[in-house]
Amino acid sequence: MSDQIAFSEEQAMLLDTATEFCRKHSPIETVRARLGADQIDAATWQEITALGWLGINVAEEFGGLGLGLSCVVPVAESMGRYLMGSPYSGAIIASECLATSGSRTQKEEWLPKIVSGAIGSMALTEPNGSWLLDEIGAQAVERADRLELSGTKCFVTDADTSDFCIVSVNVEAQARLVLVKREQIPAGNLHREVVIDETRRSYQLDLDGITVPLDQLLKGSDFQAIEFASLLLLSAEIAGGLVGSIHTIVEYLNTRKAFDKVIGSYQALKHPTVKILLDLEAMRSHLYHAATRLAEGNTDEAEVALRMAKAHGSAAFAFAGDRAVQFHGGFGFTYDCDAQLYLRRALWCQYQFGDEAYHRHLLEPMLLDQTG
Amino acid sequence: MTNTTDIELNEFREGVSAWFNENKPSVPGFLLPETFMEVGTDLQFEFLRDWQRKVYEAGYLGMAWPEEYGGRGMPQVFQDIATQEMASQRLPFMPNTIGLNWAGPLILKMGTEEDKQKYIKNILSAEDIWCQGFSEPEAGSDLGNSQCRAVRDGDDYVINGSKIWTSLGTYAKYMILLARTSSSGANKYAGLSYFLAPMQVEGIDPKPIQKLTGEYGFCQTYFDDARIPADCLMGSEGDGWNIAMVTLTFERGATGGQAGGIATMELSINDVVELSRRAMRNGKPAIEDPHIRSQLVQLMTESRGNQLMSARARIPALATDWPAAVPMSGKLRGSELKRRMCQLAVSLQGANGARFVSEEAIDGGKWQRSYFNSFSGTIGGGTSEIQHNIVGERVLGLPKS
Ligand SMILES: Cc1cc2nc3c(=O)[nH]c(=O)nc-3n(C[C@H](O)[C@H](O)[C@H](O)COP(=O)(O)OP(=O)(O)OC[C@H]3O[C@@H](n4cnc5c(N)ncnc54)[C@H](O)[C@@H]3O)c2cc1C
Repeated sequence: MSDQIAFSEEQAMLLDTATEFCRKHSPIETVRARLGADQIDAATWQEITALGWLGINVAEEFGGLGLGLSCVVPVAESMGRYLMGSPYSGAIIASECLATSGSRTQKEEWLPKIVSGAIGSMALTEPNGSWLLDEIGAQAVERADRLELSGTKCFVTDADTSDFCIVSVNVEAQARLVLVKREQIPAGNLHREVVIDETRRSYQLDLDGITVPLDQLLKGSDFQAIEFASLLLLSAEIAGGLVGSIHTIVEYLNTRKAFDKVIGSYQALKHPTVKILLDLEAMRSHLYHAATRLAEGNTDEAEVALRMAKAHGSAAFAFAGDRAVQFHGGFGFTYDCDAQLYLRRALWCQYQFGDEAYHRHLLEPMLLDQTG
Repeated sequence: MTNTTDIELNEFREGVSAWFNENKPSVPGFLLPETFMEVGTDLQFEFLRDWQRKVYEAGYLGMAWPEEYGGRGMPQVFQDIATQEMASQRLPFMPNTIGLNWAGPLILKMGTEEDKQKYIKNILSAEDIWCQGFSEPEAGSDLGNSQCRAVRDGDDYVINGSKIWTSLGTYAKYMILLARTSSSGANKYAGLSYFLAPMQVEGIDPKPIQKLTGEYGFCQTYFDDARIPADCLMGSEGDGWNIAMVTLTFERGATGGQAGGIATMELSINDVVELSRRAMRNGKPAIEDPHIRSQLVQLMTESRGNQLMSARARIPALATDWPAAVPMSGKLRGSELKRRMCQLAVSLQGANGARFVSEEAIDGGKWQRSYFNSFSGTIGGGTSEIQHNIVGERVLGLPKS
């Protein structure tokens, strides 16, 4: 395995612009004001669209920039850094899913719309909480030129404002993907979920009673592409979240006093903070390595790097959130303290698309059982 | 040679690779030490010294050091390639580590012209072995508290006291010595001075100390009215602390400029994986044990992350919040990872984990020995606890402990 990490000028520029953008649009007061929000932040969404960020990974023939998923990483990382709540990642994964599983017609219909701001979201997980994307309970049955859907999906983010959802279903015992338009979802089929990260607007989607024309069944069913994109964006968000949580911890450790000393001078606080920093450095390296390998189309190495990034990152971010609360003392126990925002974000990221134990387990055969 | 092409570098790499392949020493009939901190017998020492001399004479050491002092004045990348080749072919290490990696770069940076003429070439050829006299029985982590005294007397300084944990002490011709020239002064640091001191002097007596492995490797160095020439003083009296701090940045790899060559026997997590295929746990190869598998993958992830970090830290845009985090934590990350890898290598052996160096032990007990020796990395050169303090304070900006 080569250990080279490539970072293009486009990525560097995006990192710069996105960091500034998120700092401006997602200061902590805004994050707090938007906790549990009914609506997405439409003005910010318009700006994100105008900046072209929804087209970063979309091919030029469909109106995108054709820069590939690796250029989305700096944007997702910056959003994580400032705890921004946004339909961005969901929309990117939806466009990635269309690009890899859609037919030509499906791509022509939807990708240009996404580039110009249509919101897409993914409906994959089910109430049993399994991370196995192609083990699906939901069904789609063909009846009179339409597909009748049944079953339940959860953790569908921003489903209420999405122009479409891509839903995983079984069609004749095959794991498939079907696109459902907003107007095809009766209002009563969406229920807001209470989730740990309140910057997330998450919904349960009841599929019973929803029918869609046959041509909304995606031609292909590349679940690996969905998983890879999701792991990449979540890991990017984790890297950003770790940076944010370290700044939050360090600031408090440098101001609060106990026993006449600034508490950051106590090693019981200082040393774990250093551990968090070094974990960030490691997981961020896996992340950009994964992005590099994905950009090259080296899926085997990309998979290893992605699972390592998500495994290391999940554990590290959860630890950072946990320590952030503890290191703020009584204040850490309050809703007012920002530590809880990071802890909640960390737990969401940890339990979406596989925690560290899950990914390590998947890495075992890849790393240990190959001959040679 | 400013614009070196990839083609040139590739040709160079092939040449280096071929040379090492042809000239590498055959496996000796005795256990080699794993780092310079564990050279305990004359056999081990002579073997390693001969090897370093051979590598230097072939032109693969000190390649980026100035020609006028014995180096080759080439771009650093050539030395890096040669060093990588030594690592990947798993060759023995260069025993004059202190000279090559910190005393040498220090002399090049802060020494006088005479110092450079006198010392550099023989550091490279291993003609002159260097040791380090920093720690004392009552001053290790708290190095500023050093009490070993140097008193000016005519053209000499007279040294009294002792230094401890002196690696290579019995083989060394010179010592970088931190000693107290004054007890008054603003603080404990102010009275310290730095010497490039000869070791073969009456009144200097290095006494070997047995290591936890049962072998030998470092000394307590006693000074009893030892006279060293006054021109051994580096800088001025009172500069000792600052020079010692510069030395430590070279030692910990936070600053570049080392002569190159590997300083330890390479150990990779893949070696532990390979071991886990052979070592048995309850009648099955350890690699089939779910608990061991999970730990292996965890360490593989950490080890890979560690490797990737240097590549990422070279990209300035990806090292903005805490740019010093990666270079300043290299020793901490590397030494702790190695310790844990060795720990796992022992723990996967079932009941045989309880053996030590002997024929019956798996791989002759080398893993148990490696585990013990790995503490040289987590204690020597500033303990891991001190490294945490340094990263916390200098990288994250936390207050001093
Ligand atoms: C194999 C080996 C080779 C060595 N070679 C050399 C050599 O060639 N030359 C030389 O000069 N020295 C050498 N050393 C010495 C080494 O640098 C010291 O051992 C080291 O700096 C620790 O000092 P100490 O032994 O006095 O331990 P102490 O300073 O007494 O430390 C004891 C424990 O307390 C902890 N501790 C101390 N202060 C703090 C603090 N502020 N915060 C948190 N924890 C703290 C330490 O981490 C350690 O766990 C070598 C050591 C080893 C193990």
